[in-house]
Amino acid sequence: MIQAPPAQRASIQDKPRARLTGLRYALHAEWTKARTQASTGWLLLAAIALTVTVSAVVASTVKCPTGHCAEDPAKISLTGIYIGQAIIAMLAVQAVSGEYSTGMIRTTLVAIPRRGTVLAAKAAILTGLVLVTGAIAVFASLLAGRLILSGNGINPAHGYATLSLGDGAVLRAALGSVLYLALIGLLSLGASAAVRETAMAIGIVLGLLYLFPIIGTAAGNSELGRHIQQIGPMTAGMAIQATTGLRSLPIAPWAGLGVLAAWSAAALLVGGLLLRMRDA
Amino acid sequence: MTTPAIAPYQSEMRTGQDGFAQLLWSEWTKFRTVRGWVVAIVLAGLVMVGIDLISGGECGMQNGGSLTTGCPESLGPGGEAVTDSFFFVHQPLASSGGITVRLTSMTGSYSPNGSPGQQAQAPLQPWSKAGILIKANTRQGSAYAAIMVTGSHGVQMQYDYTGDVAGPAGSVSATSPRWLRLTRAGDIITGYASADGTHWSKVGTVTLTGLPSTAQAGLFAASPAYSKPTNQSITGSSANGGPTQATATFDRVTLNGASPGSTWNGTDIGGPNGSYPSQGGAYRPSADGFTVTGSGDVAPAVPGGPTAQGSVTQTLVGTFAGLIAVIIVATMFITTEYRRGLIRLTLTASPRRGHVLAAKAIVIGAVTFVVGLPAALAAILVGQRMMSASGLPAAPVPALTELRLIVGTAALLAVAAVLALAIGAILRRSAAAVTAGIAMIVLTYFFASPLAVLPAGAANWLLRVTPAAGFSIQQAYRAYPQVVASYTPTNGYYPLAPWAGFAVLCAWTALALGLAGYLLRRRDA
Repeated sequence: MIQAPPAQRASIQDKPRARLTGLRYALHAEWTKARTQASTGWLLLAAIALTVTVSAVVASTVKCPTGHCAEDPAKISLTGIYIGQAIIAMLAVQAVSGEYSTGMIRTTLVAIPRRGTVLAAKAAILTGLVLVTGAIAVFASLLAGRLILSGNGINPAHGYATLSLGDGAVLRAALGSVLYLALIGLLSLGASAAVRETAMAIGIVLGLLYLFPIIGTAAGNSELGRHIQQIGPMTAGMAIQATTGLRSLPIAPWAGLGVLAAWSAAALLVGGLLLRMRDA
Repeated sequence: MTTPAIAPYQSEMRTGQDGFAQLLWSEWTKFRTVRGWVVAIVLAGLVMVGIDLISGGECGMQNGGSLTTGCPESLGPGGEAVTDSFFFVHQPLASSGGITVRLTSMTGSYSPNGSPGQQAQAPLQPWSKAGILIKANTRQGSAYAAIMVTGSHGVQMQYDYTGDVAGPAGSVSATSPRWLRLTRAGDIITGYASADGTHWSKVGTVTLTGLPSTAQAGLFAASPAYSKPTNQSITGSSANGGPTQATATFDRVTLNGASPGSTWNGTDIGGPNGSYPSQGGAYRPSADGFTVTGSGDVAPAVPGGPTAQGSVTQTLVGTFAGLIAVIIVATMFITTEYRRGLIRLTLTASPRRGHVLAAKAIVIGAVTFVVGLPAALAAILVGQRMMSASGLPAAPVPALTELRLIVGTAALLAVAAVLALAIGAILRRSAAAVTAGIAMIVLTYFFASPLAVLPAGAANWLLRVTPAAGFSIQQAYRAYPQVVASYTPTNGYYPLAPWAGFAVLCAWTALALGLAGYLLRRRDA
C-alpha cells in the first residue's frame, strides 16, 4: 500500500477548487465534464455547420424573380434551426443519459449528493454552451441568407428590406431563435433525466418536436389543427422566427416561445423530481 | 494385468445447435424478454390507432378558404367520389342515334368570393369545358360519355368521370369553329371531332355498361372552381378562389334518334347549392342552336380539390408516431448489446457475424410487421368511422387499394425498423443512431411537406430520393391531370408511384444493411 506523502495531500487541500462549495462546485465539475468530452465540441460544431448549411441551401432554392412572393426572408434564412435543434437535443440528452449508460452518474451523485444542484449545474452549463453556439449559428445563417436571398430577387428592388439586425422584427427572430435552441436543450435535458435511457429520451424529444406539425397539418386547416400547432413545442416556439404575416400565425411570436418554455420547465421539473426520487 | 477401461468424461448437457434457426430463436428470446421493448412496440401500434381519435375534419373547412360549400354526396359508376355539376340542355335519346354540333365561341367569367388581394386571372379555366354529352339520366353520378372543347387542353373525350382521351388541340373562335359528334350504338359511344364538318376524325370509343335504352343527350357547359395554389404549411395556410362560369355558343345542332315530339330541356345538374362551388347556369335558344352557360365540373372528386373530401391516407397519420417508437426499439435492439458488452457474448456464441445481423433483422422486421398489420387495419377502420362521424367521410377506395395501404403501412414500418437496426449497427451509439434514423425518414418528410418552405420541385426531389419516399405506399387516390387540385403530400399525394417509393426505402435499407454487415465483420466488437 502506497501512501501519498503528507506534504502532497496538504497541497491538494490547499488548492482553491477544493474550497468550492455547493452550486459553484457542481458548475465547475459539469464544465470540466463538458469540456473534456470530445463529443461536446464535435456536436456543437455539427450543430453550427448543419444549421448554416441547411439555411443556405433552402435560401438558394427560394427564387422570386417577379417580386410578388409571400416570402419571409428572416424565416427562410433561419430554416436550418429546424435541423440544428436535433443535434442540440442529442447533446443535451447525452449530458444525463450518457452518465447513466457509463455508470458515471453514481460518481457524480456521490460527489454532489444534492441532486437538484446537479441538474441545475448541468442545465446552466448546457444553456451557456447552446447560447454561444446558437448565436454563432443564427448570425452566420442570417449572413448567408442576406447574401443569397438578395441575389434571388428578395431585395430592395422588389420591396424587401435588406436583412439586418437593425430591423426590430429580424432582431426578435434572431434572438428568439437562439433562446429557442437553449429551451430545446433544457427540454431534452429534462426528458433525459426523466427517461434515463439515451435512445428513448432522444426519440421522445424528436417525436415531441416533429410529430405535432405533421399531425397538425394532416388535420387540415380546422380549429383542431390550429390547436395542435399552438401546443406543440416546435410549432409554437418557431413562431418567434416570423417577421411577416404575423396575423396568419397559429400563435403570437413571444407567446409561442412561452409555450416552449412551459414545456422545458415541465420537463425539467419532472426530470428533477424523478432524479431525486429514484435510485441512480 | 488388465486395467479397466476408463470412459472419457462427457457432459450430460446436450450440445447446443448452431444453425440459423437457433440464432433466430435466441434473437427472438432477447427481444421478448426485454419488457420495455415489448411495451414500446405495442405502444407503437396503439398510438397509430389512437391518433385517429383526435383527427377528422369538418365539411366546408378544407383548404380554409371560401371555396368549399358542402360535403360531396355523389358516387360514380366505379364507386369513386365524383363531382357532377354542370348545365345540361338535353333530350331523350334512343339506343341508336347521335348528336352533332358546331361550337363557335367559348368564354369564361370568374368572380372571387370577396377574397382581398386577388390578382386578375384569365377567366376561362384550363379545364373549363363545353360540348356534347350522353348520360344515362339526369341524376348526379350516372354514367356518361362526352366530347368537349376545353379552356386550354383542346378537344377531350371524357367518360364516367375518370376516363379522359385527348383529341385535336386548339381553342375555338368564330373564325375557327370546332365540330363535335357523339354516336350511340347500344352501350357503345363514339366521339368524333372536325374542323370543317366534313372531315371527321375519331377521338375515342367507350362502352357504358348498362346504359338504359332511353338516355339523355345534349349540350353542356361547366367550369371548375378556380383555386389559387394552397400553401398548407405549419405556419398557417392560405387559399382563395371561387366558382367560375363558362359560356359556349353552339349552332348546327342535329340530333338523330330523338323521341318524336320531345323538346330541349335545360337542367342545372347539381344546382347552384350543391356540393361543388357553382354559380349555376342558363341557356338561351338562338336561330339553329343554343348559348349555354354552366358552372361546376364533371370529374372525379379528389382530396385537395375544390370540394371538401376526406382521405383514407389521413387515417394513417399515426404511422409517423408509430415509426418513431419502432426506430427507437429497433436501434436499441443492437446498440444496447454494444453498451452492455453482450455483443461479445453473442459473437462468441455465433461467430458468423453476418448471420447474427440477418437474424436480428428478421426478428425485428417480423415483429414490427406483425404489430403493424393489425394497427394499420384498425387505424383505417377507426379513422374512417371517425371521419364519417365528423361529417366529412373519406372518399371511397377500391378494396385492393385499401389492402395495399394496410399491408404497405405494416411493411413500411418493418423495413424502417430494419433500416434503424442497420444504422444502429453502423453507428453503435444510441443517440446518434436514433437521431439519424428519425432524421432520414420522419425529418425528411417534415422538411418536404408540412414545413412547406422548399419550392415544390425541391420538396418532391426529397420525397423521391430519401427513405421518406416509402410513404408513397400510403397514397390512396390517383392524381388526375384533368382535375386541378392541390396534389401535395399533406393531401396524400406523392411524387413516386406507391411501390416505386417503397422500393426506394428498401434500397436504402439494403444499402445500410450491407454496410452494417461489412463493418460488423471488419471491426472488433
